[in-house]
Amino acid sequence: MTTTEKVIFEYSHRGRGATDQWPQAVPEATDLPMALRRRSAPMLPEVSEIEAVRHFTRLSQLNFSIDTNFYPLGSCTMKYNPKACNQYAMLPEFLARHPLAPESHGQGFLACMYELQEMLKEVTGMQGVSLTPMAGAHGEFAGVAMIRAYHRARGDLARNEIIVPEAAHGTNPATATMCGCVVREIAVDGEGDVDLEALKAAVGPKTAGIMLTNPSTLGVFERRIEEVARIVHAAGGLLYYDGANLNAILGKVRPGDMGFDVIHMNLHKTFSTPHGGGGPGAGAVGVSTRLAPFLPIPIVGKDGERYRWLSEAELPQSIGRLSAFMGNAGVLLRAYIYMRLLGREGMAQVGEFATLNANYMLARLQKAGFDAAYPRRRASHEFIITLKRQARELNVTAMDFAKRLLDHGFHAPTTYFPLLVPECLLIEPTETESKDVLDAFIDALVHIQREAEEEPEHVRAAPHTMPVRRLDDVRAAKQLDLTWKPKPLGSTDPSLAELPA
Amino acid sequence: MAFIPHTERDVAEMLAAIGVSSIEQLFEEIPANLRTRALAGVPTALNEMEIGRLMSARAKADGRPLCFIGAGAYEHHIPSAVWAITSRGEFYSAYTPYQAEASQGTLQLLYEYQSMIASLTGMQVSNASLYDGASAVAEACLMAVRANRKSKSQRILVPTTVHPHYRKVAAATAGNQGLRFDEVPYSPAEGRTLVESLAKFDGQDITALVIQQPNFFGVLEDVDALTLWARARNILVIAVVNPTSLALLKPPGEWGANGVDIAVGDGQPLGVPLSSGGPYFGFMTTRMEHVRQLPGRIVGRTLDLNGKPGFTLTLQAREQHIRRAKATSNICTNQGLLVTAGTIYMSIMGPQGLERVAAASHARTRELVTALSRVKGVRTAFTAPCFHEAVLLLDRPVAPVLKSLEGQGVLGGFNLAEHYPELGPALLVCATETKTAEDIETYARALTEAMKAARAA
Amino acid sequence: MSNVPADLKYTRTHEWVRDLKDGTVEIGITDHAQHSLGDLVFVEVPEAGREVGAGEPCAVVESVKAASDVYAPVAGVVTAGNSQLATTPELINQDAFGAGWMMRVRPTNGAMLAELMSSSEYEALLKAEGA
Repeated sequence: MTTTEKVIFEYSHRGRGATDQWPQAVPEATDLPMALRRRSAPMLPEVSEIEAVRHFTRLSQLNFSIDTNFYPLGSCTMKYNPKACNQYAMLPEFLARHPLAPESHGQGFLACMYELQEMLKEVTGMQGVSLTPMAGAHGEFAGVAMIRAYHRARGDLARNEIIVPEAAHGTNPATATMCGCVVREIAVDGEGDVDLEALKAAVGPKTAGIMLTNPSTLGVFERRIEEVARIVHAAGGLLYYDGANLNAILGKVRPGDMGFDVIHMNLHKTFSTPHGGGGPGAGAVGVSTRLAPFLPIPIVGKDGERYRWLSEAELPQSIGRLSAFMGNAGVLLRAYIYMRLLGREGMAQVGEFATLNANYMLARLQKAGFDAAYPRRRASHEFIITLKRQARELNVTAMDFAKRLLDHGFHAPTTYFPLLVPECLLIEPTETESKDVLDAFIDALVHIQREAEEEPEHVRAAPHTMPVRRLDDVRAAKQLDLTWKPKPLGSTDPSLAELPA
Repeated sequence: MAFIPHTERDVAEMLAAIGVSSIEQLFEEIPANLRTRALAGVPTALNEMEIGRLMSARAKADGRPLCFIGAGAYEHHIPSAVWAITSRGEFYSAYTPYQAEASQGTLQLLYEYQSMIASLTGMQVSNASLYDGASAVAEACLMAVRANRKSKSQRILVPTTVHPHYRKVAAATAGNQGLRFDEVPYSPAEGRTLVESLAKFDGQDITALVIQQPNFFGVLEDVDALTLWARARNILVIAVVNPTSLALLKPPGEWGANGVDIAVGDGQPLGVPLSSGGPYFGFMTTRMEHVRQLPGRIVGRTLDLNGKPGFTLTLQAREQHIRRAKATSNICTNQGLLVTAGTIYMSIMGPQGLERVAAASHARTRELVTALSRVKGVRTAFTAPCFHEAVLLLDRPVAPVLKSLEGQGVLGGFNLAEHYPELGPALLVCATETKTAEDIETYARALTEAMKAARAA
Repeated sequence: MSNVPADLKYTRTHEWVRDLKDGTVEIGITDHAQHSLGDLVFVEVPEAGREVGAGEPCAVVESVKAASDVYAPVAGVVTAGNSQLATTPELINQDAFGAGWMMRVRPTNGAMLAELMSSSEYEALLKAEGA
């Protein structure tokens, strides 16, 4: 098992390559003007196929992943990615289909997309769905843009304020700003619910809407959600649901029934499409009837037995096109397969077992002496442990615990989010983990707590067994080394010539 | 099946530890009137065997016709190793590399990717990717507004030879932040943007100029003249480029006197299958002086406690999770899995392999155009040279001809009627290294039939 | 407990102002501010000649965990930016009130200085914020 791997350029040899993969050479293109031609080759690796395969295989072995490790990252829903989803989404015909291929050569694919739209409507309680946003944040953008478009269409141009609870994920206020709105943050009370008095004071004729997630980022269910909806609707605003925590309520509660007007879903969370080292995601959006005219295009429709794309002429008030083609089609296929594997029976189980696992961990951790951020509340599918006592008494922080967990073979939970809770660990086990894994994780935390009391320095210097120790972030940001450069012979100059000789 | 491993005994032990008698009790905080009844609109569960049969049947129904469509998504041969490795669970099911020590594989790969794509585009620094080429253009326009201190107008000049979908996405994405997009027309004879067309903007406050190379028609723009015009007027230049073409064509870092400001495009041609339009990945590279305005994630190399080199996400202070309302963008993701495929593809193909792909695609397109222009009623539209796409003009409406081709198992190209009606009946065709002489012959015969049928109708 | 020199003026957004007695003022961020940001990795200061309005963001300080705008305490014209900060942003961490000065400004209205917070008022603000 490697702990270190050279940068691939260090394997390059001039003239080497996976020559079997190269097309035959063709005569020089005489019609391409010399002034537009490339003069020197780009810096790409010159390695054989086996060298490339070894290099990237070894790199993969330096990673934690769901396939290899428990990954209780709160707000990320790191559940098992069924292999069937990958296998059937990658059938050659699906892979080979051009985005602009005609509908006659796409009825199979379009059937999957249409049915996905319908299933997503059903599980969220919404009346319209667009599959095109390519990530959660992208779906958020679409949602807020639709709210704005709705108000503008009614001639209500003053409404440009978006209310965001202070516990919200950073994308929420960033999205509001991207849509040309002004952000108003409101407080959350001591039990983790939105402060209704603060909300009443914040709403008014400038309120475009409120962005919420339920259960909230604090891991608890917003108990007065119906009252929140009443207050915001009465003031003329709309309710936006951030679907990041849908896994907690899948099959149990529907955002549409809670009063939300628009929601985005993170298909890479709740619907188990792969995280891929940072993407691709898919942020499908669902809306109530009054927002349906504004959905981003394209959308799949059905005429009798025939599937087709709805035309722009049929959706004149759409907020427009958000991706070059139709969004992350391959990801959508995987979500479709996953939902068909779950079926209505499986959907109901997701929320139940995700919540069971979280509450079990919360109970055991509290018994073991850890402090829950909201000890009187039930966990949703995730919960927060605060280590502020350990930070104060032992000078060992949440980050130190997180790094030491890596040595135990567990990816750390989410740290320092939500910002409201100091030294927090946001823990989300998901429904696909067994009791044994949860027990092992809890035992590891207990072990680290003991270590923090007896040998704090060992925890503070963690991790000890990873391919690298803790990295110098300050140096990374100050001495920017963002691309590999070859070192000329004898040179110690950090700013180097760019292409190899 | 919901992939839930719990046995009844597990559940009993867990409920006991929590101190409740049923899972239902865990939901007691949720008001009863909000609880859902059964999800009637979701079909009953299928097992793997059943979903396998369903998906295979649907895939078979869609088939694999011979495809000559380009228009922003290109069919290239993908070496088997690319997806064999990309599908490894350690890459496929890994998360965003926030815990750097547990993600050195992904982080190092992204660093290698940044290095390759910066060099391919001739620029100095890259981010770890964006959603796709279209959204990368939108982000580039927003970045240009931030970076161009000398301009207040937030006006972006966009030639109509830029991909029509990319232009729409830029408007839909950036329009809400006050950006204005001004169109620049193209020369109907040459199929590209003439510097003369920019004259009317002389003396006005313009923030940036977008140049696509090759342009949507496949035609090569006069990138030097356009870049020089903009730079002389303190207008930032945003290049939208095809990565395969950069193996042969002068990269944006060398356009004009000293290159453009921002280069973007879609990385799909680099090892990513067509897959009905996604997932792809958008790339964005820039000059060092603009590095802090780059949206999205960036990986940097640094040292660990023991002085050993390692990789980590850096410059995160600009991003949404820290700056919140003042972020450079709300973007939270990069297309990690696709970048993995792209990086492995670039490594296996290398500079020579990529050049061969580019040259062969160019050659096949020339052969295709020659063969199709011999068909009665078909001629080339533009005089200027093309890379691996070209526009053909037909003497009758394109749609029925395409339909007839479909019936013969050939997807002939992209009908330009919707976006460029001024051209009359026009078809954008593309051939890459995947097409053989026989394929081209098949298309030519099918087109002859289709034109005959259309004439007879 | 952070350093709050008595001879300077302050703003609610943690900038300090020093009257250079020659018609210009010197501006930086306080010790409290540099401490909460952590090790600075990048600083951007305005160029000489730039006009700034009171309360307008005119500079940026960036650490690994945060990037913050710095707001002009008074309206005026920038006469100089501290060019050392481009290569050595940590000067602000080391000596926030001295070598870590960020910019010098000629205020349009000298009387505006009197409206800024005194050192005791700033200390009270820090106490209220729980610093």
